[in-house]
Amino acid sequence: MDRDTIRTMLRDMLRARAFEEAAAQAYAQGEIAGFLHLYPGEEAVAVGVLHAAEPGDYVVSTYREHVHALVRGIPAAAIFAELLGKKTGVSGGMGGSMHLFDRERRFLGGYAIVGETFPIALGAAYAVAYRQLPEAVLCFFGDGAVNQGTFHESLNMAALWRLPILFVCENNRYQIGTEIHRHSAVTEIYKRACGYGIPAEKVDGMDVLAVHEATRRALARVRAGEGPQFLEMETYRFRGHSMADPGSYRPTVEVQAYEANDPIAATLRGVEFHYPSADELGSGHDCIQGFCDHCCQEGHLDEAALARLRQEVADEIAAARDFARQSPAPSMDDAWAALLRNRRYDRLFEEQAP
Amino acid sequence: MAELSYWQAILRAHDEEMARDPLVFAMGEDIGVAGGTYKATTGLYAKYGEKRVMDTPISENSYTGIGVGAAMLGCRPIVEIMSVNFAWLAMDQLMNNAAKIHYMSGGRIRCPLVLRLPGGTAHQLGAQHSARMEKVFMGVPGLRVVTPSSPRDAYGLLKSAVRCDDPVVIIEHEAMYNLKGEVPDDEHFTPLEGSEVVRPGKDLTLFAYNISVHWALAAAERLAKEQGVEAEVVDLRALKPLDRTGIAASVRKTHRAIVVEEDEAAVGVGAEVIAILNEECFFELDAAPVRVHARDVPTPYNRRLEKASIPNADDVVAAARKLLGR
Ligand SMILES: Cc1ncc(C[n+]2csc(CCOP(=O)(O)OP(=O)(O)O)c2C)c(N)n1
Ligand SMILES: [Mg+2]
Repeated sequence: MDRDTIRTMLRDMLRARAFEEAAAQAYAQGEIAGFLHLYPGEEAVAVGVLHAAEPGDYVVSTYREHVHALVRGIPAAAIFAELLGKKTGVSGGMGGSMHLFDRERRFLGGYAIVGETFPIALGAAYAVAYRQLPEAVLCFFGDGAVNQGTFHESLNMAALWRLPILFVCENNRYQIGTEIHRHSAVTEIYKRACGYGIPAEKVDGMDVLAVHEATRRALARVRAGEGPQFLEMETYRFRGHSMADPGSYRPTVEVQAYEANDPIAATLRGVEFHYPSADELGSGHDCIQGFCDHCCQEGHLDEAALARLRQEVADEIAAARDFARQSPAPSMDDAWAALLRNRRYDRLFEEQAP
Repeated sequence: MAELSYWQAILRAHDEEMARDPLVFAMGEDIGVAGGTYKATTGLYAKYGEKRVMDTPISENSYTGIGVGAAMLGCRPIVEIMSVNFAWLAMDQLMNNAAKIHYMSGGRIRCPLVLRLPGGTAHQLGAQHSARMEKVFMGVPGLRVVTPSSPRDAYGLLKSAVRCDDPVVIIEHEAMYNLKGEVPDDEHFTPLEGSEVVRPGKDLTLFAYNISVHWALAAAERLAKEQGVEAEVVDLRALKPLDRTGIAASVRKTHRAIVVEEDEAAVGVGAEVIAILNEECFFELDAAPVRVHARDVPTPYNRRLEKASIPNADDVVAAARKLLGR
């Protein structure tokens, strides 16, 4: 992989972490309310996948979508402003944390109802195929979402009609407080895709290079007309489900094990779930720290360059937050305008007027 | 008499009914190990075990259907859907099955399902997490729809719902789980039909339900203090069937009516109540009845706009003054 890609991926992972930590802080200070679902721990997934995609590909995500939006190229300031409900936000302050949309960057939305995104992504893929366009659709979702009927219905139609879509499951082992062995009969999620004849693969979602490589291959197959592909990313969220959730249902030892992203991840991968013991805890790092070390070892960057990078990222996020704070709020008129604005329809009658 | 919060009252009703009848079980997302998003099932998993307090996958339509099927075999399922917004996904089981099985079987098969739905606009949860859906359920023959405004009713309605042989939809409110109120220590049941005059008055009637009862009560207090107006507040409580007799009785006394609802006006509770007034006591009205309701826009995320899109006590006072010409 070329150096530039590696560096931009590292930068994006750092941006992602810094953005989310700043959002958590703003929430703690009362600047953000509502549900705020954060992504720390899972950065390698969004970064690896989106860097392996083309800018023209379409993205459909969930309520845990700030980082997908950020890596897709939506400015941090426009996302932060949305979290603060400002007019300058990427959804004009009407959507909020769970509903980021950006037409230009082909970000088709963050959605708050689990499972409703599968058909939407499928519809986008249908349109791409229908219009004979070269793009693919990327559909991100959690391990909890695969038990919604729409998942199965959509996988079937995607395979049946060979639609250009990549399903990316962010398997962080939890559906809020319900651990995967208590919500799914088959916990190796990629196997479910096999039931529909969709090529599927399990990937170490804590390793950005592995994610990138698996995505690159899967997208190549999509673009070659081989139909839908499925990747299960094994990952973990370091925080609670949302800022309202302390996540206390998870044993500390388990959280620490993932935070240390060490060889135990492998033991956890078995079908039988067991909580890691204390000595299974390694002295490793989370996905970002691990990738920083990798980049230094491989000579892509030295300590000084890394410090500079961290500083640049911190400055960018601080500026985004300032921008959001200083931005104006939307008005009720803005809300009405967002609801029923339809120039084409208006023109239909203007043109017909005598 | 104990002071309980809304969630504690719901928990107590669950606990009593589960202790009494082994056929009562609870099912829903995160209701077991995690104790429920709003704590209303805290401790039940430890007490009654997984079989009776079942955490479900995210499969709303199917686990609501499980409630229907189990009810047909004599179980008494209390199904919680984490937020009313997700009940849209369970509509097939609710509308096509729960509501109609008793009818379609010629009255031979009962479906005593209880569906608990935390509803309403909480705090910046955005357009997909702020729905009020009572109007949807009210339109379906075969369902009962009730909605508690206090811990006492949250307890009593759930108790009655479990004992009732019809499917009952209980719409709670996400912003009221910590609301405290007196709940009698003795076991008691709140009727699934009928309204309640929660504040008597003679000058006009404020019809309300669920959280809007609190806006109406606050408005009545201010109208009394500031205007010397005695507003009667009627908690509709049962939305299906609506209490035709009680609604008309109040207006025969006050001759003026305002309906206060958190939802948008179209095809809603206010429209129904006013239709009832037209049908039952049109000539008793001294002024055209009025609705105080949400703006016709999906709930905005921005805090100020969110508040502006939902009515409050000030809006009720303003509507009352206008109606009375003061
Ligand atoms: C239809 C529906 N049911 C329930 C919820 C409440 N809810 C929000 S997120 C969530 C868990 C989703 O878990 P998962 O798909 O694994 O995603 P994660 O949050 O772990 O990224 C639940 C139950 C919802 N938003 N929509
Ligand atoms: Mg999950």
